[in-house]
Amino acid sequence: MSVKRSMSVREKRENRWGVLFSLPCILGFLIFALIPMVVSLVLSFMNYNFTTGGSFTGLSNYKQLFSGADPYFYKSLTVTVIYVLLSIPSSLIFAFFIALLLNTDVKGKGIFRTIFYLPTVVPIVAMAAIWMWIFNPDMGLANHLLKGIHMPVSKWLSGESSVIPTLVFINLWTTGSTMVIFLAGIQDVPRQLLEAVQIDGGGFFAKLRHVIIPMMTPTIFYNAVMGVINGFQIFTQSYVMTQGGPNNASLFYVYYLYREAFEFSRMGKACAIAWVLFVIIMVLTVVIFKNSNRWVYYGGE
Amino acid sequence: MKKGRKTISRVLTYIVLILGAAFCIVPLLWMVRSSLMNTVEIFAMPPKWIPSEFMWENYKEVFDTLPFGTYFLNSFIITFGCVAGTMLTSSICAYGLARINWKGRNVVFACVISSMMLPFAVTLIPTFLMWRTIGITDSVIPLIAPAWFGGGAFYIFLLRQFYMGIPRDFDEAAYLDGATHIQIFTYIILPVTRPAMAVVGMFAFLNAWNDFLGPLVYLNSEKKYTVALGLQLFTGSYRGEWNLMMAAACLVLIPVIIVFSFGQKYLVEGITMTGVKG
Repeated sequence: MSVKRSMSVREKRENRWGVLFSLPCILGFLIFALIPMVVSLVLSFMNYNFTTGGSFTGLSNYKQLFSGADPYFYKSLTVTVIYVLLSIPSSLIFAFFIALLLNTDVKGKGIFRTIFYLPTVVPIVAMAAIWMWIFNPDMGLANHLLKGIHMPVSKWLSGESSVIPTLVFINLWTTGSTMVIFLAGIQDVPRQLLEAVQIDGGGFFAKLRHVIIPMMTPTIFYNAVMGVINGFQIFTQSYVMTQGGPNNASLFYVYYLYREAFEFSRMGKACAIAWVLFVIIMVLTVVIFKNSNRWVYYGGE
Repeated sequence: MKKGRKTISRVLTYIVLILGAAFCIVPLLWMVRSSLMNTVEIFAMPPKWIPSEFMWENYKEVFDTLPFGTYFLNSFIITFGCVAGTMLTSSICAYGLARINWKGRNVVFACVISSMMLPFAVTLIPTFLMWRTIGITDSVIPLIAPAWFGGGAFYIFLLRQFYMGIPRDFDEAAYLDGATHIQIFTYIILPVTRPAMAVVGMFAFLNAWNDFLGPLVYLNSEKKYTVALGLQLFTGSYRGEWNLMMAAACLVLIPVIIVFSFGQKYLVEGITMTGVKG
């Protein structure tokens, strides 16, 4: 009995090696994820800044946010939600559509795939510079082209109502990796099923509706979840291109957080803002997962 | 009749794909052409695509306006530190989590994976305060250090997937011959997973080179800036000198394009691997 319970020499040795090999990521998890998370939660109940240090203030940070005493909280939340609601469907549809076309027997698939993927490796600052230049209201290419075909011009990034749609449009430029994931998913759709639809006299749309989309739901689902998580954390675009303007029309949530923390040095409040974001992302992810079994098809059932 | 419809749909497919490809590539071409024009021609109406005279001196002027040479050096140091750290520690950890049976392995793996969901905003401020307390903000250390602690859950996950796929008999045989885990890792696992390591190296390169928020938060003095921050100075203080700004953007992009052209195939593999089966 006792012999069976105690670990063999080999097991003990394996345990030691396992811990040793995994040590960097165990430490990394503690130093860069778990401890900061706990500290962040504690700080969110404090009034903390660099110079004076901190004191506990209970729920006052959260109260300040939710009571609307700081109007920027709801403003940034609204702006971010609108951006997410617009950017995720548009980028998913665009990426899916391109992947669908690339799955047909067109020539030069490799070249197309490379071109569509290329923008996703461009540094965001460089991307911002390029689009700021194209969407410059006075001298940019976009308004040049619109004038050329006698269409009304737009203020693009410097217009209060046009800044979010413009950022959504720019986001489409970097859907290459989503497209690649979709393309891999489409290629896994069983040929027999497509042929069965064909034999029944179904055309392209029948195949799409009854085979491709149902078979692709897990991939669509994955991309949607990642889109929500990333969409809520958009920062660099607005920091470089708009500074949250005009008139806070592109004050995204993380930009608001950055401003509170590093421009106004309100670290405690910024941590409260971060925790609200954390809860939002968690709740959304759980909701999406809970709903997923209604519409996500996993093969083999 | 049926053949006619097929031809039409094929033509439409090509038209849409070419339009989509143009949408992706034209902004980059526009950047390159703008970087080579003088300040008058760049605003010409109707727009010209080929500069009448190639203004290569714009690129020289970028280096005269801002110390871009220093920024490049800083970026290279940070990127090298991150790539080396990530490749070394993520592969070691992935081995520990994939091929050694030990108590607590699943718990550790679950923790590492769950940290992928953690918004960076939550950890940003405490991590910043930690480095500030130690007194090494405004240095490259806060930007490189995380790479030496596993490099990030994404890389560990990716490599673990690859390591799991290698037949178990390989190391069982080696083990019976008296090989240690270090030997199995270096002589059996690493050589057969070289493409996966290449993927990790490239992703780590792109992430470190393209990072903006990290340098923005940690680097204060301009001589420690990275190229991303340098480029941001152009969009900020030197607004209006579009040709210089576009030349600077091209410069920042060059290393990325080089890495991309070498590893395009592997990058796509890595993306699909983590994306679909995840």
